[in-house]
Amino acid sequence: MIKSSQTTRRRLLNLAAYLLLAAVGLTMLVPFAWMISTSLKAPAYAVEFPPRWIPSEPATVTVDGIECKVATVGATFLSRPVGEASPPRPEPVGQAPSLSEDQPVGEASPPRPLRVALLRYSPEGAHVRILEPQSRAGEQLTVPEAHLSLVRETNLHWENYAEAWRAQGVRVREAFFGLARRVDGFLVFYTNSIFVTICITLGTVFTSSLAAFAFARLRFPGRDAIFLGYLATLMVPAIVIMLPVYALLSNLRLTNTYAALILPPMFSAYGTFLLRQFFLTIPTELEDAAVIDGASPFQVYRHIILPLSKPALATLTTFVFLHSWNDFLWPLMVVDRLALKTLPIGLAHFQDSYTTEYHLLMAASVIVMIPVLIVFLLGQRYFVRGIALSGMKG
Amino acid sequence: MSSQALPDRTPAPSRARRRAAILRALPFLLPNLLGFLAFTFVPVLACFALSLTDYRLAPIASVADLREQITFVGIDNFVRLLGFTREGPNDPEFWRYLGNTLFLMLGIPLSIAGSLFLALLLNQRLRGITIFRTIYFLPTVSSAVAVCIVWKWIFHQQPNEVGLLNSALMALGLAHPPDWLGTMQWAKPAFIIMVLWLGIGGYNCVLYLAGLQGIPQELYEAADLDGAGSWARLRHITWPLLSPTTFFVTTMSIIAGLQGSFLFTAAFLMTAGGPAGSTTTLMLYIYNYAIAWHQLGYAAAIAAVLFLLVFTFTLINWKYGQRLVHYS
Repeated sequence: MIKSSQTTRRRLLNLAAYLLLAAVGLTMLVPFAWMISTSLKAPAYAVEFPPRWIPSEPATVTVDGIECKVATVGATFLSRPVGEASPPRPEPVGQAPSLSEDQPVGEASPPRPLRVALLRYSPEGAHVRILEPQSRAGEQLTVPEAHLSLVRETNLHWENYAEAWRAQGVRVREAFFGLARRVDGFLVFYTNSIFVTICITLGTVFTSSLAAFAFARLRFPGRDAIFLGYLATLMVPAIVIMLPVYALLSNLRLTNTYAALILPPMFSAYGTFLLRQFFLTIPTELEDAAVIDGASPFQVYRHIILPLSKPALATLTTFVFLHSWNDFLWPLMVVDRLALKTLPIGLAHFQDSYTTEYHLLMAASVIVMIPVLIVFLLGQRYFVRGIALSGMKG
Repeated sequence: MSSQALPDRTPAPSRARRRAAILRALPFLLPNLLGFLAFTFVPVLACFALSLTDYRLAPIASVADLREQITFVGIDNFVRLLGFTREGPNDPEFWRYLGNTLFLMLGIPLSIAGSLFLALLLNQRLRGITIFRTIYFLPTVSSAVAVCIVWKWIFHQQPNEVGLLNSALMALGLAHPPDWLGTMQWAKPAFIIMVLWLGIGGYNCVLYLAGLQGIPQELYEAADLDGAGSWARLRHITWPLLSPTTFFVTTMSIIAGLQGSFLFTAAFLMTAGGPAGSTTTLMLYIYNYAIAWHQLGYAAAIAAVLFLLVFTFTLINWKYGQRLVHYS
């Protein structure tokens, strides 16, 4: 009896925990979902009140009994009569602005070509401007909700992604190492980001694993003093380091180069510190045998330490990759040429050019986010372990 | 070679062996050490040197030009930055932006409490829990620029245009929701909301989860035998045993908060530091002096002060904060 009431209690608690977890999870996902939703909307419907989660737009509109098909053009949408006259509706009660006062609605009247641009919606109804017939063109009226029936259909505008990717607004030609290079929207930012991130990641992992090996396994005079120098810089705010390097690069006219993007971020003390701590935990017995057999330090590093350190190397790789892929401040400081921009500053530039075109801004944001999310999902295990590892050392 | 402890410090017996040891280590050390010296260590020193100068960055033709641009001014920058006269501070903007930076750090305790709460939930042995952990971590790995752009869109408020957040608030019956990014009193709260969303399931939560998983289960079993309720267990077992994690998480959050690299991105992209400077942090102030106004000497002085803030805080924290930590 007691036991069963305990399991019931346990189940209720689990359910409560799930509900809480799900509520928080949904809150976390809302901005992402909103980003994707907006990115698939037609320009005219990106800003709509109340907001809609599933992108949809009017397919047919019935104004005073005449059913029209709606085609979206730019920021307004036009309507045309469809074939035969639709069955007449009962006369609405009250004053209604009529679109067809010169030809009363009835079974006898054939449909006259009617074109209206729907300007916007408000609680009062639809604001439309008459385009045809010519006699009334330009006249604006408000059709109350009661006189208007609107059928919306889901319509996903995948072409927004193509448009954001091409980024016409940021397309320029630039002289680039003596060659005219066309900057074709996000392709250039992507190529730059991939190149820069791979260089930084490989460079960091390679050089800091070598140095970490020296600090963890070799004995040489001044070793501890040098390592203390590394440790001392861990706490220094990044901007303190960036200012003089920026001054140096700009005096040497090396801003707006790949070297400026890649080299300075490659040598933070963090990687060396992390790997050295890990190398110290590897028992020396294995390499003692190898050393007796005449293995050189490099052979020990290459064939014993590295294979045993895969988790730590994977952790560092994920960290460095994500950090340099998302880095904003340093590229912002040293690069202002479009041909050299990486994704974050390219996206920031895109935002300047497309301030109010939210469907394109969101599509571009999705385009920038996708690779990071893939890398994170693949390397999640190492990433989480890495955080725990760095926390232990604190 | 010993494994765990550092090998002894007794110097190698002969000069030849010392040289051999150095030569053996150099190929490993050099690639990283040179880069580290050039791009990390020397710049730190150079920043302090620059902070004692008036340096207007401009294109140069020769080194002689450089000598003209840099004037040694001693502690003038610091007097201008931190000094007071009877009329008030010499640089009122600095104090204001320092205030902004500290105000925006008010989100930190909320964020840490939220992380702990989430970690406690995630620590339940429930099926499918890793999916939640992944979702909570997504904001942390997402591109900060993309995150800022989507939040700008969520906070959006224009005549005839209402963003997602305000649409929700209006649906809940709030007739006039705030213009989040457009008014001085709401811009900072908006940033704090964003930082909470970003950080609650991030690094701190993962660290807490690791801390929770390190607590021996027997302690809880013993508490159960003594008839302790869940609050008592949380108060007397979990919280004290998590104190090293809390200490680490708080320290790192405050250091990160003072530097505020995410808030720099947010201010840069969403508000340009406005309205009327209400979201300008010290980082943005430094950036403006260095990059927009080319006054590197003064920028370096602000950066040095930022460093001293971080340094002092860390020292105080290590000296006094440790007392609150319970080590088992």
